[in-house]
Amino acid sequence: MTAETTSTRLPANGVPKLARGVRLRHDEARGQWVLLAPERVLQPDPVAVEILKRVDGERTIEAIIDDLILAFSVERGRVAADVDAFLAGLVEKGMVEVSP
Amino acid sequence: MNERVNVAPHAEPAPLRAPLPIPYGMLAELTHRCPLMCPYCSNPVELDRRNVELDTETWLRVFSEAAKLGVLQVHLSGGEPTARRDLEEMIRHCVKVGLYTNLITAGVGVTPERLQAISDAGIDHVQLSFQGATPEVTDHVSNFKGAHERKLAVAREVRRLGLPLTINSVVHRANIHQIPDFLELALSLGAKRIEIAHAQYYGWALRNRGALMPTREQVFKALDVVEEARVRLKGVLTIDAVVPDYYAKYPKACMNGWGRQSLNVTPSGKVLPCHAAEMIPSLDFWNVREHSLAEIWQASPAFNAFRGTDWMPELCRSCERKEIDWGGCRCQAMAIAGDAAATDPACHKSPLHAHLLALAEADAAAGVEEYDYRRFTAPDRAQ
Ligand code: SF4
Ligand code: SF4
Repeated sequence: MTAETTSTRLPANGVPKLARGVRLRHDEARGQWVLLAPERVLQPDPVAVEILKRVDGERTIEAIIDDLILAFSVERGRVAADVDAFLAGLVEKGMVEVSP
Repeated sequence: MNERVNVAPHAEPAPLRAPLPIPYGMLAELTHRCPLMCPYCSNPVELDRRNVELDTETWLRVFSEAAKLGVLQVHLSGGEPTARRDLEEMIRHCVKVGLYTNLITAGVGVTPERLQAISDAGIDHVQLSFQGATPEVTDHVSNFKGAHERKLAVAREVRRLGLPLTINSVVHRANIHQIPDFLELALSLGAKRIEIAHAQYYGWALRNRGALMPTREQVFKALDVVEEARVRLKGVLTIDAVVPDYYAKYPKACMNGWGRQSLNVTPSGKVLPCHAAEMIPSLDFWNVREHSLAEIWQASPAFNAFRGTDWMPELCRSCERKEIDWGGCRCQAMAIAGDAAATDPACHKSPLHAHLLALAEADAAAGVEEYDYRRFTAPDRAQ
């Protein structure tokens, strides 16, 4: 996924969660993950799916990054940039909310 | 990330014998009962009465079958879906089987307690119709005094519950000038999305075309207003517009292709490829009382009648846009050409295009003011 470039950087200790009316689920009939929103069906790529699965309203952005590094042994700088850009894009679309 | 919008064209090249598509969305018309009387109502002229409506148990089975078939989003609509007392039970069931659940309501007669119950049942999204951007226009078009105020109250309650809200507006001659006001209304109510749909001339709207049809100038002005607003409100308000095709060069990609992405279940259980399809007399619709949804999707004559491109007239079959607009709208071909398998007369290549344009211009100039309001045919109005 090529996330949009955006100047908004999300706080590492912020907790992201899917907004009401946005749902991630596995679509058995087509064998893929989908992100469902009002009148929208989005098909996130594998990297996005791994990020979204960890957006549970409990983990901080930092925890999500740590977890991805552990699971996929990838380099921190890249993961952090990817996660930030991807989530910031969804925040802009109103699909993810970050607290505090 | 690929994005699929209900009205966006979809550009996968289809192989010669394309595997059967999997539907994304299902419109469940739970009832035709509605307190409002919009003259462009998309329900058929022959409305289903309460005594022929599917019972709860059948609807629940249909939702389960839809989820299994691959449907991702279900739109609970009508008529007025809240007229069904078992609505909350249906919502809970949809959520349980994994369907994204959207309520399409006119918001009249919906109490805060009811909305709370609908929210608790797990509704994902609410679409609320406004017939005008001001009380005068809403009340006149819907023929219901006080409708506008009630809708405002429902919108506020929906937002108080934290539910995402879309404002639906159908535009025509009496309110097309209000598009900027509709946008303001949506913003002031905290909606994140607005649908601006030009009236589609089937059923009730076809009857009322003389009173609804806007002029060409009004239509082009409206398109400019929407385009400007789309840029200005990016990231604040999503605007999905259903463009008018009477004054266009190409037809709309109706339903993104017949039997490709969605299905529609009527209150009495008939399954249609689009909500207006009953106006095509030659089609044989199967009913969920007799068949499973998968059977109907795959094998019913109505779904296969205009699926893919094989049915097309030569004009479309040899055209490079055949998998972009799928030959346009079958119901419009029926209404104007008298033949559901003709090229949509909205296409400039259709021999009937000039005729369609002349009809639109004559209707726009006709100056008819009176509506033939939507209603159950007399005498025994079922409520
Ligand atoms: S279009 Fe108007 S009359 Fe028809 S169902 Fe909707 S609110 Fe009711
Ligand atoms: S000829 Fe048929 S396929 Fe080509 S643009 Fe017109 S309606 Fe579409």
